[in-house]
Amino acid sequence: MAKSNKPLVWGLFAAGGTLTAFVTPVLVYVTLMAAYGDPPAALDYENIQAFAANWLGKLALFVVISLSLWFAAHRLRTALHGLGLRADTAIAVAGYGISAVGTVLAAYYLVQI
Amino acid sequence: MSRRPYVRRISTTTWYLKKKRDLVHMIQELTSLFVGIYGILLLWGVKALSEGPEAYGAFLEALTGPLSLAFHWVAFPLVLYHAISWFNVTHKAMPIQRGEEFLPGKYIVGAHYVVWIGFSLVVLFVAGVF
Repeated sequence: MAKSNKPLVWGLFAAGGTLTAFVTPVLVYVTLMAAYGDPPAALDYENIQAFAANWLGKLALFVVISLSLWFAAHRLRTALHGLGLRADTAIAVAGYGISAVGTVLAAYYLVQI
Repeated sequence: MSRRPYVRRISTTTWYLKKKRDLVHMIQELTSLFVGIYGILLLWGVKALSEGPEAYGAFLEALTGPLSLAFHWVAFPLVLYHAISWFNVTHKAMPIQRGEEFLPGKYIVGAHYVVWIGFSLVVLFVAGVF
């Protein structure tokens, strides 16, 4: 039987879509405040550093970053197909490739904190 | 085979402009671009954080730039739209059966909204927004 990556990428897509629906709007709001030069206390270096130094904080940041990327990569792949782009393999390789690299980098940076 | 087969001509690049439902779905799919860019923004922040206070300060400073401000203003309504449209189909994606009947969709969708709003308020409170 031919092996398919569909369950894996679809699983990451569904998990990412659900997670980002819950967390991304409020996070964008928080960094929107920072964009106005008025970041809330949580974004002060000491506070965010303490959050990311904790393994639960690391895990939360890692999962949010990684699933955001996988979710977007998969959904943009289907959206670009819908827009008439037929270079599916190239789009899939680029999107999933960026997600994989982003996932590894997120883990690497978080371990250093 | 008939000599004049019926061929429906469907544009592969503009088909979604014909029906409102298709257009709405295309917009929903494209909101994921902003979710993805935001993931990269978070990754950038984590990188800066790992490099110490100075790099992190520079990251916060960079966030105040015009490109960041414009991105946030475009992304905020679109990620809200992503969340709302995602929750609105949860009863289709994971129907819950009770005996013979299915639990009405409004309870499943409603539960997601309640958790979403509660979670967002907790994050804002813990973050020191209010």
